[in-house]
Amino acid sequence: MLKSLFHNPVRLLVGVLALLVLLSMTVTIVPEDKQAVVLRVGEVYGTKNAYKPGENFGRSGAGLLMTMPFADTVQLIDKRILGINMERQQVLSTDQQRLQVDAFARFRITDPVRMYTAIRTEERLQQQLATILGSSLRNELGKRTFATLLSPERGAVMDNIQVALNREAQKYGAEVIDVRIKRADLPEGATLEAAYNRMRTARQQEAISIRAEGEKEAQIIRGNADGEAARIYAASFGKDPDFYDFYRAMQSYRQTFMGENNQGGTSIILSPDNEYLKRFRGN
Amino acid sequence: MSNKNEGSMERRTSLGLRRFFHQISQMANSPWGGGPKDSGDGDGGEGERKKPGPRNPWVTPDPIDTNRGRKPRGPSALDELLRKGRGRMGGGGGPGGGGGIDFSDSAKYWKWGVLAGTGLWLAISSFHVVPPEKEGVVTRLGSYSRTVGPGVKFTFPAPIERIRMEDVRAIRTMPIGSPNASDENFVLTRDQSLVDLAYEVRWSVRDPELFFFQLADPEGTIREVAESAMRATVANFDLVQAIGPGRVDIEAQVQRRMQALLDQYRAGVMIQGIAIRQADPPSQVDEAFKEVTAARQERESAINRSRAYEQQVLERARGDTAAFDKIYEQYKLAPEVTRQRLYYETMENVLSNVDKTIVEPRGVNTYLPLSELQRRARPMTEPDAAPKGGQ
Repeated sequence: MLKSLFHNPVRLLVGVLALLVLLSMTVTIVPEDKQAVVLRVGEVYGTKNAYKPGENFGRSGAGLLMTMPFADTVQLIDKRILGINMERQQVLSTDQQRLQVDAFARFRITDPVRMYTAIRTEERLQQQLATILGSSLRNELGKRTFATLLSPERGAVMDNIQVALNREAQKYGAEVIDVRIKRADLPEGATLEAAYNRMRTARQQEAISIRAEGEKEAQIIRGNADGEAARIYAASFGKDPDFYDFYRAMQSYRQTFMGENNQGGTSIILSPDNEYLKRFRGN
Repeated sequence: MSNKNEGSMERRTSLGLRRFFHQISQMANSPWGGGPKDSGDGDGGEGERKKPGPRNPWVTPDPIDTNRGRKPRGPSALDELLRKGRGRMGGGGGPGGGGGIDFSDSAKYWKWGVLAGTGLWLAISSFHVVPPEKEGVVTRLGSYSRTVGPGVKFTFPAPIERIRMEDVRAIRTMPIGSPNASDENFVLTRDQSLVDLAYEVRWSVRDPELFFFQLADPEGTIREVAESAMRATVANFDLVQAIGPGRVDIEAQVQRRMQALLDQYRAGVMIQGIAIRQADPPSQVDEAFKEVTAARQERESAINRSRAYEQQVLERARGDTAAFDKIYEQYKLAPEVTRQRLYYETMENVLSNVDKTIVEPRGVNTYLPLSELQRRARPMTEPDAAPKGGQ
């Protein structure tokens, strides 16, 4: 038998081909990252390697799938986490500020049968979810003030959006794992200019306050110096105020009558009764 | 970068495989090897690919070269088989007959050929060399079987088990944002300012099986997660912190956030680090930022000036009081004398240097033109010679 087969390559070939065709019709390999929906004469007959939460690879049900030739068709549906690409949205916050938002969502198909019957392909599901994400984003962000959109409380906003999106996604047999704002930018034009202006004025304000602060500190340093000097003087001169008065008066005379700016420019009229001249009279 | 390397590596291995296969098939062909074209230099895929004709079993088989159709797949080989089959049925008068080969004989070789081909296929597809930087993920009939480390590994042949390798040692970098001013990547800060950020995410594959099976688009996911984490983190920082001292904090927080998110996705990815290459205010407000720097310097110089004044005043006070203290010490020893001495010294000093006029109190002095007197006194250069008094 084998010998005759090898003697006739055409027969061998036809046999091999027939076997291959039959094999391909009865056996499908469902890889680890796909789930299969089996349709028997158009009706959903069963699934293979359908998503189960917390499953481990190698024991998830991937592998060979036997089907009935001609009657069965197999739809392979992605089992991995898929992304949604949303168009940039302009969102108007309650305080009438505009914000350009890029969001993304990650989802997976948890019910391949429902997904297949509802929308057929992953691509269409992605488009559908992107549209829903856009509208729920606008709705939810439109209820907030601009500041909230930027603040850490944004987490709660995102949770709300995720819940809303998930509700829709479940109708398609999908589960939304995560919704996140990727970028939140100010739109070009007036808003951006206003932001720049605000930044500019904030910097100018900072510059002015830094200068003022410098002056303040300078004054404090001067004041402290004067105070300290006064203390030093008082500690020293306070020992004998009377003598200080005399001593200082002497200094003052010198300074006043023969200071550097006053060379020879002063005339003094003295009375002979003057203390200094008293000795002239011989008493 | 690393991907490119991988690609070229794959290409290289596949080239090598082809060469190997070619050599084997030539060895198997040796009984027919007398053909003029079979000089069998076998020195690499390049020459092999360039030369058309029988040298390459994948491409347009020459009808004469009947022995080449041993490759178990590939339409050209099938065509060849069919042609040969037709030739045989047609009583050897077909195009295949040009070589004058007896097909009843060649059937024997057919058997060997098919067996050899199959054996080769089994050997190639079940024998793998995992390079040291990689790990291989083996799937059996599509289902995950095991992850194997570097070295020589065996699997069941191809349709049953397949191996997919991934570099787990390489740390890949993903730049986000651009360092050119033309393409600014603005991120909003807590105080609603904008920072132009450019940064790099360094990541590696931690679990290749998760990496293969969990995410449809791992790189895209990492990028989106990075952008989201960066923006969420920077939104907690003020502008001044973000462009300056807060950078290290931001990097650490982004890394933590990204890792948490990717773990939640079970992405099998390890974030090695975030490096902020650039965090600048937008160029439109650069002037204002420079003004702040200038103000800071002005502040410093105002303070410096005050410190100088402080030194001056204090030193002076210390000098003055030290002088006073010295004198006072002496004064206490002999108060009256010291006092007198100081008085006379001062008077002497002062009066020797000024114009003096001594007026008798009883004299009529109201009309004395003092200023006139002074004026007259001046040219006389000798103030002491000024007339003493007057009536």
